[in-house]
Amino acid sequence: MSKMHVKLKVNGREVEGLAEPRTLLIHFLRENLKITGPHIGCETSHCGACTVDLNGKSVKSCTVFVAQAQEAEITTVEGLANDDGTLGVIQEMFREHHGLQCGFCTPGMITRAHRLLQENPSPTEEEVRFGMAGNLCRCTGYQNIVKSIMAASDQLNAQKEAAE
Amino acid sequence: MKDEVQTPEDRAAGLKGMGCSRKRVEDVRFTQGKGNYVDDIKLDGMLFGDFVRSPYAHARVKSINSEEAMKVPGVVAVITAADLEPLGLHWMPTLAGDKQMVLADGKVLFQGQEVAFVVAEDRYAAADAVELVEVEYEELPVIVDPFEALKSDVVLREDTVDENGKATDGAHGPRNHPNHIFTWEAGEEAETNAVIDSAEVVAEETMYYHRTHPCPLETCGSVASMDKVTGKLTLWGTFQAPHAIRTVVSLISGIAEHNIRVISPDIGGGFGNKVGAYSGYVCSVVASIVTGRPVKWIEDRMENLMTTAFARDYWMKGKISATKEGKITGLHCHVTADHGGFDACADPTKFPAGFMNICTGSYDIPTAYLAVDGVYTNKAPGGVSYRCSFRVTEAVYFIERMIEVLAIKLNMDAAELRRINFIKKEQFPYQSALGWEYDSGDYHTAWDKAMKAVDYDGLRAEQAQRVEDFKAGKTRSLMGIGLSFFTEIVGAGPVKNCDILGLGMFDSCEIRIHPTGSAIARLGTISQGQGHATTFSQIIASEIGIPADDITLEEGDTDTAPYGLGTYGSRSTPVAGAATAMAARKIRAKAQMIAAYLLEVHDDDVEFDVDRFVVKGAPERFKTMKEIAFAAYNQAIPGIEPGLEAVSYYDPPNMTYPFGAYVCVMDIDVDTGVPDIRRFYALDDCGTRINPMIIEGQVHGGLTEALAVALGQEIAYDEMGNVKTGTLMDFFLPTAWEVPNYETDYTVTPSPHHPIGAKGVGESPHVGGVPCFSNAVQDAFRAFGLTHTNMPHDHWRIWKTANDLGLHD
Repeated sequence: MSKMHVKLKVNGREVEGLAEPRTLLIHFLRENLKITGPHIGCETSHCGACTVDLNGKSVKSCTVFVAQAQEAEITTVEGLANDDGTLGVIQEMFREHHGLQCGFCTPGMITRAHRLLQENPSPTEEEVRFGMAGNLCRCTGYQNIVKSIMAASDQLNAQKEAAE
Repeated sequence: MKDEVQTPEDRAAGLKGMGCSRKRVEDVRFTQGKGNYVDDIKLDGMLFGDFVRSPYAHARVKSINSEEAMKVPGVVAVITAADLEPLGLHWMPTLAGDKQMVLADGKVLFQGQEVAFVVAEDRYAAADAVELVEVEYEELPVIVDPFEALKSDVVLREDTVDENGKATDGAHGPRNHPNHIFTWEAGEEAETNAVIDSAEVVAEETMYYHRTHPCPLETCGSVASMDKVTGKLTLWGTFQAPHAIRTVVSLISGIAEHNIRVISPDIGGGFGNKVGAYSGYVCSVVASIVTGRPVKWIEDRMENLMTTAFARDYWMKGKISATKEGKITGLHCHVTADHGGFDACADPTKFPAGFMNICTGSYDIPTAYLAVDGVYTNKAPGGVSYRCSFRVTEAVYFIERMIEVLAIKLNMDAAELRRINFIKKEQFPYQSALGWEYDSGDYHTAWDKAMKAVDYDGLRAEQAQRVEDFKAGKTRSLMGIGLSFFTEIVGAGPVKNCDILGLGMFDSCEIRIHPTGSAIARLGTISQGQGHATTFSQIIASEIGIPADDITLEEGDTDTAPYGLGTYGSRSTPVAGAATAMAARKIRAKAQMIAAYLLEVHDDDVEFDVDRFVVKGAPERFKTMKEIAFAAYNQAIPGIEPGLEAVSYYDPPNMTYPFGAYVCVMDIDVDTGVPDIRRFYALDDCGTRINPMIIEGQVHGGLTEALAVALGQEIAYDEMGNVKTGTLMDFFLPTAWEVPNYETDYTVTPSPHHPIGAKGVGESPHVGGVPCFSNAVQDAFRAFGLTHTNMPHDHWRIWKTANDLGLHD
């Protein structure tokens, strides 16, 4: 199959490459760009391990063709750490509150949580549970994931207040 | 050196040793997407393998034509059983002493069975070619019911019958039918029957523990790289037991074991799914040998659910006898175990039904008998222990349901019935009627704590009122109180009776202290989310006084780690954790001699104090572990060789027996069948607690997997052997939305035979949780005459139960 020229911005960096139009975004990220944070857990949009931020929305990159992501701005979990390499707030809170175990769902969870907290900076527990329901975790039972996101919300809001 | 600033308590806290909720060292990588899972491995020139799988559950394979497939650009090879046969690799041994086709050898026995392996430049080309491999099948009669299998003339496994069609002996003795695999017994049959026949009260029940699947979020996969120049094979994969895989690969491939390096990288959850040996592993190795290039195989979710390692599928028939006052006198259990097309159960060799003989549970039952019949059907092979020690979930579900059924028969409160039958604290070590020696327990204390915490009497009063209100038409909601008290049996196990394929189930740890006082430790186990790098360092920190933060912990590389049997059955802490403590103690013993030399006193005149050795009676004279480490390497000490390292291979004297008391409170909408879990209280006693934060995390996760199994998760087949639950659309994995917040609690009853008293915890919540959720559903309907209904209690089945009881009339 002939290949197309793909151009997108990932974690703030312009990237390009050649790919068959049918190539899934998750495969382009993982195999062409070696961005292996997003994982493949089901390839049917159920598990959310492949969640990335695409033009300001959470998408499951296992069911998006790279052709659909042409010129898009994408953020993956790799783009959520601080510039100096330390953990970003959500990442730090997942560590602080034991919001992960095997780590396989974690990149998708954190990327989704990042978008959720942009959409709703002060969610209730119920809103967090609803907003995260597209991301499956087999290890934690979600209790500490919810706790991590609630704590991240508090921290981010405090930071914002301090800045204002 | 003087150290007047810090108290011993301060110094101990600085170590982050046992008992503290140390934050996980793994998380810095994982939260940034810097994990290294098998699909993240990318080697130069790597090819990708994909399977052609059978659409039929039982069929002859008449021909395989790969001509068109080979024309797909990028396709390098299509491998079939005919290609594997000259190498003797078309079949492979299973963990249960049976054998299994690597690729279909003339027939297929379950839907999704591997028929051919396509190797291509990338996964898209491989997938294209899979579609083009033409396979001609001739359908055969399908058997998906084990009871039918034992009556049928249809022989599923022609390789297990003689020329007269008679079943030949299997790995576990005589077989009474071509589709029968084994009969395994424990206890006294005649005596048990006599007790039950003459008992004042007998309760009977048949229950089906449905087939399900561990379904870790990461599927199984491998990358094989055969270096033809050095003759060395490197195999990365989702292996819960990398050393065992190395030995097995060596035995079946003929490659010398020193030329095989098996690496388990980060593993995205296991739960038993990654214990077995799969065709994909073998085919990736063969393909790498054939092509001379690295070959990756990663299964997709549907392949994972349909073909690799199911769990449960036990038909359990029980009889329990008691006095009128409720004292249990006998227990009889027969299991018909559906093992699918090949017996690939992952159990210690002498235990073809795992530790099902822990089914007397937490109760002092004087007489018992268990028999298990394994049966072949046209379903996928497996039979792994999904988040439990070998078949312990089945055993605990059985007894915790039988207790409820007996309580109904006796018209007694189920909590009280448990209490009067618990093994008493002073009876430990307790010899069970089915052959185990329980190491330690204090069940009454745990139970009383749980009952008090949930205000059990108050809950029962509320439930009674709810029943009245329901009958009066004031509510359409019922309330269920689920109870369970479980005893696990983990930490397999003593080499004298525990081996898999002849490999003894000890485990190991090697610790090297560096000259500057930091360390590296390696174990024979492999973490899949349990946080070994965090917790095992805590054991070392407490044992030898080196800060946990100064210890690197590695697992999973057979070229560097000492030999061990891996991580499953909650065995890491009981076995490798013990090895860690023992290796640390060897180091401490040498450190003591070095300290005594440096302090110019006799060995016996120094004692260990948190992170140093001090002269007895003169605490101002001491040498810290840091100082001792430097001296160990750099000072000539008469009679002591340089260096400070140790290895321990630990063969446990017994299993460990964690236990716990769980209570679930549930409201059930009778008209929709939707359960609402209002409260879940979980008290766990896992002996000494190494990291409370991680223990609680394990409990949350295990309970959620229990919720899934009890309330909806199943691998279901239709009568043609088609898998009806092959995607996450149909296979229930709970989301954050469905899962409650759990209350965790604990008591501490150390294991008397484990060096640090730890028992293991990862699987307890699953083992105890499944009956607790199920009992809650069933208890809601007890007042309306329900004795037992089978899991999974999904909304439809709960609605059906209500409907069958006439509650919709």
